[in-house]
Amino acid sequence: MAQVIRPPKLYDVCIIGSGAAGGTAAKILAEGGLNVVMLEAGPPLDPARDYKEHFWPYDLEHRGAGVGGKLRGLLNTEFLAPNGAWEIDGEPYISAPGSTFRWFRSRIVGGRTNHWGRIALRLAPVDFKSRSTDGVGDDWPITYQEIAPYYDKVESYIGVFGTKENIASAPDGVFLPPPKPRCTEILVKKTCDEMGILCVPSRMAILTKALNGRPACHYCAQCGRGCITGSNFSSSQVMIPPAQKTGRFTLITNAMAREIIAGKDGKAEAVSYIDKSTRTEKRVKARAFIVAASACESARLLLNSRSSLFPDGLANSSGVVGRYLTDSVGSSGTGYFPQLEKMPPHNHDGIGGMHMYIPWWKFDRKNEFLRGYHIEFYGGRFMPGVGDFDDLCEQYEGYGASLKQKCRAMYGTVIGFEGRGEMIPNERSYCEIDPDLVDQWGIPVLRFHWQWGDNEIRMARDMQETFRSIIATAGGTYLTKANPEGGSRPYGITDGGVIIHELGTVRMGNNPKTSALNKYCQAYDVKNLFVTDGACFVTNPDKNPTLTILALSWRASEYLLDQAKKGNL
Amino acid sequence: MFSVSGKSVFPRSVTRRDILKSLTMGVMAGSVLRVIPAQAAEYAHHLVQSEKASAAGGYTPKFFSPHHYKTLQALCQAIIPPDDHSGGAVEAGAPEFIDLLTSENKDYQLKLGGGLMWLDSACGDRYGKTYLDCSPEQQKQILDLIAYRKNAKIDLSLSQGVEFFAFLRNLTADGFFTSEIGIKDLQYIGNTYLKDFPGCPPVTGA
Repeated sequence: MAQVIRPPKLYDVCIIGSGAAGGTAAKILAEGGLNVVMLEAGPPLDPARDYKEHFWPYDLEHRGAGVGGKLRGLLNTEFLAPNGAWEIDGEPYISAPGSTFRWFRSRIVGGRTNHWGRIALRLAPVDFKSRSTDGVGDDWPITYQEIAPYYDKVESYIGVFGTKENIASAPDGVFLPPPKPRCTEILVKKTCDEMGILCVPSRMAILTKALNGRPACHYCAQCGRGCITGSNFSSSQVMIPPAQKTGRFTLITNAMAREIIAGKDGKAEAVSYIDKSTRTEKRVKARAFIVAASACESARLLLNSRSSLFPDGLANSSGVVGRYLTDSVGSSGTGYFPQLEKMPPHNHDGIGGMHMYIPWWKFDRKNEFLRGYHIEFYGGRFMPGVGDFDDLCEQYEGYGASLKQKCRAMYGTVIGFEGRGEMIPNERSYCEIDPDLVDQWGIPVLRFHWQWGDNEIRMARDMQETFRSIIATAGGTYLTKANPEGGSRPYGITDGGVIIHELGTVRMGNNPKTSALNKYCQAYDVKNLFVTDGACFVTNPDKNPTLTILALSWRASEYLLDQAKKGNL
Repeated sequence: MFSVSGKSVFPRSVTRRDILKSLTMGVMAGSVLRVIPAQAAEYAHHLVQSEKASAAGGYTPKFFSPHHYKTLQALCQAIIPPDDHSGGAVEAGAPEFIDLLTSENKDYQLKLGGGLMWLDSACGDRYGKTYLDCSPEQQKQILDLIAYRKNAKIDLSLSQGVEFFAFLRNLTADGFFTSEIGIKDLQYIGNTYLKDFPGCPPVTGA
């Protein structure tokens, strides 16, 4: 290791990852007076250059489908904010035989907050007490009351719209006013009212009023492309800038963390990383470390940080690192609603995402499965894109004037429903270091094991029944053929990882034998090491995790700051 | 048809970066400048269109042979023809879009390159001519056969043609409905800057 360059500088804190958790930590710690360095595995982000906001499909010669049409039908079309992908050249991962796991990674400043759906839901009080409530899984080491002040802080700072609804499964927050509903949403709301299903304004991290120097949304429906005005939440535009403003923040891009080095005293003392632009290995030293590389990437880094003191990986004396991997239960269905054919052409864009949603509404009764799910829905007269007419062409076939007329008539008349439910951790779903394969930087890669449990399959069945009944009640036609039994995806349940809510791989808990972190995201084995991203979750409730990641990282960072001031690190 | 002369509100030297900057500032600066983003966006479109127009006259296919490209154009136009609402797939640039993607994708080259060869062979077997040389009635006859999956169940020899046509139909719909005339045909309204979102217009039945 003679060539390793060692910068002499000793930072107070080194943060690995610039997404939701890393960005929040950077803001809190730098504003709190600490010298912070951040490693990001991807390049810097320049919204004016990188975002495709307000482009038309025909402004790009591939119309969004990418070279060779390879992105056709995928989430990451050319219009999506840059550098988020299911596969990264030279950085593979493996699904073990019999498992299918998909891993969406973003290599860019801001990480996946550039790409996320901006859905910002609080966990409910009951979500922290799973075992106490139904005897399965584990309770969190914190309660809703402990995290609620941090939800308040996060919402007040980043801006989340919504309405006070007083629903037990979906706690209210500090809300900006919601946008007016679209025609499709009024239709679904009316139907849900008839059926006794709750349907309320959604809660999204998008500004409906100017806040903290950021202008309000201009309603172009393109949040996923990245917002040049910064009117939605991303770490790169909302968390990193205030950290940079302090003058105590150093951002190192194209820096892929390989290993955290522990000293003889058992404390972490440096991160060894690959400088991708020169393919050389470098080190950065700090007094404390925040691992925030995303749930699975954080687990990978700890598992790859082996030493004689930590033979099973850093902070892994419990053996739980990589275990308890979960994703949301996903199942979807689409319906054709003939009444929407009568809608006159109008601007249907709105925010980039849903204005209304269906929170978990059956919390007050016994169901055929434990826990719950919510339903997101979308559709209507959005900007057309490649692949949008595949289903219609498949259904009506033919060609010529009649096909063209059918496309015209059907445009905007389909509403899609997406169930998002809680998965209970199981022993067959985890990630580990593959014994054979390294990535192009020489870093051993992850191998995923994945299996849904029966509870998740029953939940997916219930989702399908709900979609079908909502569509039928509204007088629509159900277009989805979700295979009822057998196959790898019964009731249309998604493959693991597809919902991009992977959590739990470095979980917190009160018992150091069964958890890696205490309730402040601090490693039991290594007290100057914190893991503040989705890895620390104990359960994966039906709430999109980003808001909770922000709150947990904010809370852990305040704790770290306090400990640093007391000289305890 | 794509001339921008006289329409531009910006000098020619304006870069995309300047436009994007003005988009940002327009929204932040409040009502006085709110008109600018729309003009900037429009200008960006015209830039792209004028670039396309200069190349459109003599388009040289990147993948398909001249004969196969002509066949591709004929099929695209048959799938989405001009009508009293709008032009057809050829006017929308669908064949160029499909040729570009095919030139970059081996799988597309097999499906479409092979598919066009299949079509000419099938027309040869049936009518003794290539597809392009067939009469309009003969062309309609063969398309009516390969445009529906049920026909392949009756006559197995059609199944490759049915697969080819289904694939081409999807790509033609892509090419048409992501073009300027296709988007206008659908009467999509949006991709703009609004101060407030108006919600659903009042209409009975929705």
